[in-house]
Amino acid sequence: MTDRPIVAPEVVPSRMRRALDSDLFYAFKRSPVAIVSAVVAAILILSAVFAPLIAPTNPFDPSSLNLMNGFTPPMAPNAFTGDTFLLGTDDQGRDVFSTILYGMRISLFVGFAAVLFAVVLGIFLGLLAGYFGGWADSFIMRAADVQLTFPSILVAMLIFGIAKGITPVENRDQMAIWVLILAIGLSDWVQFARVVRGATLVEKGKDYVSAARLIGRRPYAIMLRHILPNILSPVLVIATISLALAIIAEATLSFLGVGAPATQPSLGTLIRVGQGFLFSGEWWILFFPACTLLALALSVNMLGDWLRDALNPRLK
Amino acid sequence: MTEPVLSIRDLTVEIPTRHGLFKPVQNVTYDIRPGEIRGVVGESGAGKSMTGNAVIGLLDDPARIASGEIWLKGRRIDNLGVEEQRAIRGGEIGMIFQDPLTSLNPLFTIGEQLVETIQLHLKVSGKEAKERALALLDRVSIPDPKTRFDQYPHQFSGGMRQRVVIALALCSEPSVIVADEPTTALDVSIQAQVLDLIKELARETQVGVILVTHDMGVIADTTEQVTVMYNGQVVENGSTDQVLSAPKHEYTKSLIAAVPRPQVKLHRFPQVSYGGRETTFKIEDLARNWAKTEPSKSGKLLEVEGITKKFLEKSAILPSWRTYFTAVDEVTFDIKDGEVFGLVGESGSGKSTVARMIGTLLDVDGGRIRFDGEEVTAMTPAQIAGYRRQIQMIFQDPFSSLNPRMKVESIVAEPLRHHKLLPVDQISGRVQELLDRVGLTRAAAAKYPHEFSGGQRQRISIARALATQPRFLICDEPTSALDVSIQAQILNILKDLQEHLGLTMLFISHDLPVVRQMCDRVGVMKQGQLIEVQETETLFADPRQDYTKKLLELMPRLAQLSG
Repeated sequence: MTDRPIVAPEVVPSRMRRALDSDLFYAFKRSPVAIVSAVVAAILILSAVFAPLIAPTNPFDPSSLNLMNGFTPPMAPNAFTGDTFLLGTDDQGRDVFSTILYGMRISLFVGFAAVLFAVVLGIFLGLLAGYFGGWADSFIMRAADVQLTFPSILVAMLIFGIAKGITPVENRDQMAIWVLILAIGLSDWVQFARVVRGATLVEKGKDYVSAARLIGRRPYAIMLRHILPNILSPVLVIATISLALAIIAEATLSFLGVGAPATQPSLGTLIRVGQGFLFSGEWWILFFPACTLLALALSVNMLGDWLRDALNPRLK
Repeated sequence: MTEPVLSIRDLTVEIPTRHGLFKPVQNVTYDIRPGEIRGVVGESGAGKSMTGNAVIGLLDDPARIASGEIWLKGRRIDNLGVEEQRAIRGGEIGMIFQDPLTSLNPLFTIGEQLVETIQLHLKVSGKEAKERALALLDRVSIPDPKTRFDQYPHQFSGGMRQRVVIALALCSEPSVIVADEPTTALDVSIQAQVLDLIKELARETQVGVILVTHDMGVIADTTEQVTVMYNGQVVENGSTDQVLSAPKHEYTKSLIAAVPRPQVKLHRFPQVSYGGRETTFKIEDLARNWAKTEPSKSGKLLEVEGITKKFLEKSAILPSWRTYFTAVDEVTFDIKDGEVFGLVGESGSGKSTVARMIGTLLDVDGGRIRFDGEEVTAMTPAQIAGYRRQIQMIFQDPFSSLNPRMKVESIVAEPLRHHKLLPVDQISGRVQELLDRVGLTRAAAAKYPHEFSGGQRQRISIARALATQPRFLICDEPTSALDVSIQAQILNILKDLQEHLGLTMLFISHDLPVVRQMCDRVGVMKQGQLIEVQETETLFADPRQDYTKKLLELMPRLAQLSG
């Protein structure tokens, strides 16, 4: 190819135009799996965000509950009150559909916040380890190795237990959500730190980093302004897959009874409550929250898998 | 004339992309006769390698043969099934790739790989295969084949590896070998040996060779027939002597003219005028804005005194257990005001390490660097920041030297912003000016680096380097990743800048003809040591060291070229 001066249109395409023109969006349009996953995830996330507008009742408002409505099967009128509920009610007469919507809010909030926490921590430590090397690198990566020898759910339970021990009893229920975020986030930072460190080592050797050093930029400016934007795509991929895992981790913890309290039920709490009724015939109390969790985790996970393939064609 | 062993007729290769059908090879036709070496030359992206890959049946997935025919010994091979094509590949047609390191499997010994390949194609016993393998190693002049047989690829040097790859290609007694840039990754001295070997083999075994290269010197030295490709099409076909001495097509003419001549020193590099137009740029304006550079106190802007760099080879807890590799060994030279000082040497001789130490990108393990009388090696961090403003560097690889996530505007503006050289509202104007001066349009500022070709990226690099108005510019192989036509443009820009702005330059290259055109004085490096420093003309006319003489002899001879 000859080195012609660029004869580009003087109009600079807008950000939106660029995004729609990008190879990623092109690949997205051609992948049915990605489209279906994205649509399912979007519906679930949006309905959780707008739960107060969508849900027929507010399950947290005791005045709206009627104990007489307890154990109403889905799509059938209650024997005493004659009320019908789309997905039935639980033992206290709470509308299952509404509790799912509100429960999903908590699950998603914990998931997003935990991943965000893990990403920030992982990027920070990974950049330090990769850029400076030496003892900082050894220290951070050995800490990561040690943490990897414990199953992450165990780490999360450990952190949860310690946090519960040091918070005053009256604040426990309020603090529970934040402790969950901390516990899941802390058990998850290792993989981000490892990927970021590896990518940083590669980028550090490239000449644009040398050029920035020659200009006189400080290490932190180089790490944040030059290296970070170039290593974000693998981080994004892991974060998406981690989101699904974090939602499941939260559900697991809540299912084990160490997560979200019954006053602020997440999907995991609902499943825990529901499993007690499974064998007495009230299957819907367990079934619908479990399906929602499955759909949420699966769609986010598939989206993450697709993103990984699309951003890294060599893995296909 | 003998029958051709391989004929390519009207070959067109197409790749469907989302922007439509792209045809990297269009209607290519050429023949190879037994024992003949046909050079295929052209710039990157001209479709040379793609043609070779189509012949071997190694087109990467979306690419496909759209039309045309390939005949091997009277048999059409382009429409064969996968299995039959595989039998031909590595059988009738052998391959030699650019990088000898990646074309050998690092986990098997050379012997195992040879024996496996021989047994795959010829029905012989294990013992006989081993004998053949040893004979082949001997054939490609590998000393002591019996010992080498049981060694692994990493125990071989680059040139030796490429010999092994050639031996592998010969295993199946092919009638044609496709050699895709076989010597590009090698040093000049090794390159000459490998090319001689290929020539000898073609003559003796009557194998036809397709030699794909971008290097006119290789063509002139090695080939009998040459095919010149431009933009996917063959523009000229003929005997090497005739094409080189009397090129018919305009593109061939300008391509030959653009090859730097080792014999004479020209004021400017001739450019490839065909196709792209020459971009004009206005150095004079830049010179007007340029802060008057103070001449240095001693007349010597940079003095390097016995600098040494050691890299850790084996790490250990106790310092006395560690072993080091001396990359640069007590190198001493100085560069006068406004001078272009060249550093030449083979790969691994320590040229780039010297450059990086001067640029404070690497710490010095011994010796002193003085810039305008100030000792760089003893500076405080604040003083180093001031020093870095006065030096800038242009890197070899235009693809890794620009941050892919930053717009060109931010890349060029970064030094201005960092050093607060201009009020914020004037920065964008200065960036436009700088881009103008290196021959890029204004729209370039809003784009990302991946939208530019290698040559254009190198222009962006130059614009960034000029932003701080440096007194000293380090060019580390600035054109070795570029095509010859683009090389000429970039070197001309550097020459003009040097002339108009009175820049002092350290110019590193392994390409001696280029060094002769660019530099006032030249230092020759060998294994970390600076063995000779001379005025350029003296060095080329009367080298003192044997090593320098050897390097000069290996320069590609284009004596028969016109112009």
